[in-house]
Amino acid sequence: MGRKFDPTNNVKRGPGRKSRKQQGAENELAKFITDEDTEQKRLSSRGRKRAAKRVQKVKKPEDAAEEKNKTVFTDENSKWLKPATRKRKLDAAESEDSSDEHWEDEEDEEEEEKVEQQQQVKKGGKDKGKKAAKSKIKPVAEEVKDAEDDEAEDDADGAEDDDDDEEMVDDYGTLDDVSGDAAEEESDGDEELLPIERAAKKAKKLKEILDLDSDEDDDDEEDDDKDGEKDEKSDEEDTVQANMDEMDQFRLPGAEESEKEGVLMCVDLKEIHQRIKDNIEVLCNFSTRREEGKDRAEYIALLKKDLCTYYSYNDFLIEKLIDLFPLSELVDFLEANEIHRPVTIRTNTLKTRRRDLAQALINRGVNLDPLGKWSKVGLVIYDSSVPVGATPEYLAGQYMLQGASSFLPVMALSPQEGELVLDMSSAPGGKTTYIAQLMRNTGVIVANDANADRLKSVVGNIHRLGVTNTVVCNYDGRRFPKVMGGFDRVLLDAPCSGTGVIAKDPVVKTSKDEADIQRSAHLQKELILAAIDSVNAGSASGGYLVYCTCSIMVEENEWVVDYALKKRNVKLVSTGLDFGKEGFTRFRERRFHPTLKLTRRFYPHSHNMDGFFVAKLKKFSKCYSIRVRRERRG
Amino acid sequence: MRPLTDEETKTMFEKLSKYIGENIKLLVDRPDGSYCFRLHNDRVYYMSEKILKLATNISRDKLVSVGTCFGKFTKTSKFRLHITALDYLAPYAKFKVWVKPGAEQSFLYGNHVLKSGLGRITENTVQYQGVVVYSMADVPLGFGVAAKSTQECRRVDPMSIVVFHQTDVGEFIRNEDTLT
Repeated sequence: MGRKFDPTNNVKRGPGRKSRKQQGAENELAKFITDEDTEQKRLSSRGRKRAAKRVQKVKKPEDAAEEKNKTVFTDENSKWLKPATRKRKLDAAESEDSSDEHWEDEEDEEEEEKVEQQQQVKKGGKDKGKKAAKSKIKPVAEEVKDAEDDEAEDDADGAEDDDDDEEMVDDYGTLDDVSGDAAEEESDGDEELLPIERAAKKAKKLKEILDLDSDEDDDDEEDDDKDGEKDEKSDEEDTVQANMDEMDQFRLPGAEESEKEGVLMCVDLKEIHQRIKDNIEVLCNFSTRREEGKDRAEYIALLKKDLCTYYSYNDFLIEKLIDLFPLSELVDFLEANEIHRPVTIRTNTLKTRRRDLAQALINRGVNLDPLGKWSKVGLVIYDSSVPVGATPEYLAGQYMLQGASSFLPVMALSPQEGELVLDMSSAPGGKTTYIAQLMRNTGVIVANDANADRLKSVVGNIHRLGVTNTVVCNYDGRRFPKVMGGFDRVLLDAPCSGTGVIAKDPVVKTSKDEADIQRSAHLQKELILAAIDSVNAGSASGGYLVYCTCSIMVEENEWVVDYALKKRNVKLVSTGLDFGKEGFTRFRERRFHPTLKLTRRFYPHSHNMDGFFVAKLKKFSKCYSIRVRRERRG
Repeated sequence: MRPLTDEETKTMFEKLSKYIGENIKLLVDRPDGSYCFRLHNDRVYYMSEKILKLATNISRDKLVSVGTCFGKFTKTSKFRLHITALDYLAPYAKFKVWVKPGAEQSFLYGNHVLKSGLGRITENTVQYQGVVVYSMADVPLGFGVAAKSTQECRRVDPMSIVVFHQTDVGEFIRNEDTLT
């Protein structure tokens, strides 16, 4: 604010904004920074803790003498006090205690210095005790030396504290503690090692111990701690045994085991992942790999439970997905949902060409590639040094940020110049502007959406991309045939449960249930009928409807289209997309019209785009289908 | 939605003529069909007759936008051009200003154009003339008002303002809500 620009002082321009110095900052800074500040730095919170620990180490013998009941693990009380199983927590508590004491101590000392005479009367006894303790410390030179080493050790402790989940997930938690003593002894030796190296060393040691374990029941371990660890030990043996089993044949865990797992809640995700893999392997060739006396349902039940835990889905959705995918694909699909799809943009051919745009963006430090053979306007962005949604090119409307999957319905619709097109649920306007660009701004597009707030982005995008042939309105799509009809083409991107875009919105994993699917399926059926009624069957060039959703549920896709086939005079035609999987013609107990194989499904794991469904219908007569007429007469 | 009154037409055309001069008549009489201005929710939309006819199907409260929004009438019945009109102003603009790549970003954040960021300027620009701002790659970025005439621009020091910022394409993101 108060800083003035000094034209005489030419500041060097560095490579980046961060490295560039603020003009005149050094002059300003000099005013604020006094010698006192630079002299002594206030300790950080960790530093303070370390200091507290140092003091505590010095104080330890006195402590042990004074308060025997305190649960501090020293050599003196090692006989009755065992290393705690929950080591970390205790540590934390300890350090807190010690820090408190430390502060008290300091205060005490200060007071001593100031008003010694007065204080002596009040707490003479206590002070005497303390002084005695202090004198006691001096001979214990080793302890003091330890305190010198403390910092390195503390660092190690800190590292352990930081990755606490590592500790929680540890397979052999009890063993870890057993070897803890040894590790601590070692820690002096490998001060130079990084935490990760230390961890590796520890793991190596564990492995050795484990090997001993499996060969011959370990003797050295038992010597160390016979008391109180027996039950834990048996547990750990169990897990080892289970691991051995997994090597040759996957064994279903018994009911009581799974129950225990449910109660304990300390499940190991790695183990579950392995179990899922083995389970699927067994299920894929069930007759040869199965365990005698166990039927498929048991395996499936376990798989379902494991998938729910590992990928955190709700039971309902996992069940649906198991029905939908072959088991070999299921895990691929779930894994694909954990990673994001690549960012894709669509060139606005109304304003620029793809080659020019690509060049302009590369000059801005964007790493990109053409999307694929099937699209002439798409670009994939791998990484970018600038925000792709705010470059001058973006603001000038040269491209639109749009998922690869939302190119497809517009390509299937293939709008022609001069047509009248309806986009029934248009927000945020990506598909609408693509339609306009395919029509080269001729004809008319009616962009509708039920949500007035989301229409703002439609208006913004339409104007930004220079689309001039649109009417934006805010109707409920179901009422649309009454507003206006006679469209050459209609695009219905129906609202859906979003099970195809879990990568984008992970809430879907747990928030959906049967009722949600039914509800959206019902709305979709109403919308598809309204959309069909808005199409002009007699149109010379068109008469088409494209129905698409970002859901992969059969209820929201094939079933809805099948319903429309029954209710109206429409037929399915080829989408014109040469990739994607065919739609289902039969699914569990349901049988759909055989032409449903003309619809297309897209999956995140096989096409690296959001899960999507596209169907293209042609309306061939204005009348209702024969069946509907019969129903109405009857 | 209704046609503009004479007064409104006058106010708006006065404003437009600051940027595109007599080229306004190219907007009204187009070879590819008749185009017109319509007022809806205090905003002026520019559209072809064909779209206009279709838009009459839609009731007033459900209609959000038709064609291209040019700007809005304020409560004091002044006319204010929106960035959305840029697509029509840019090709017909009489006076243009090009900004250097370094100053591009600054202008898109709503700052005035300084002499140091000035790449080119149309000859004979007079002071307070409406100008369209371009990047050096001839991409229209917004419009503003010339703070200095072309002659003065040559002399002034690099930190003085040469174009006052009015609107820029950054508003598509910054004021998405108020565009309509």
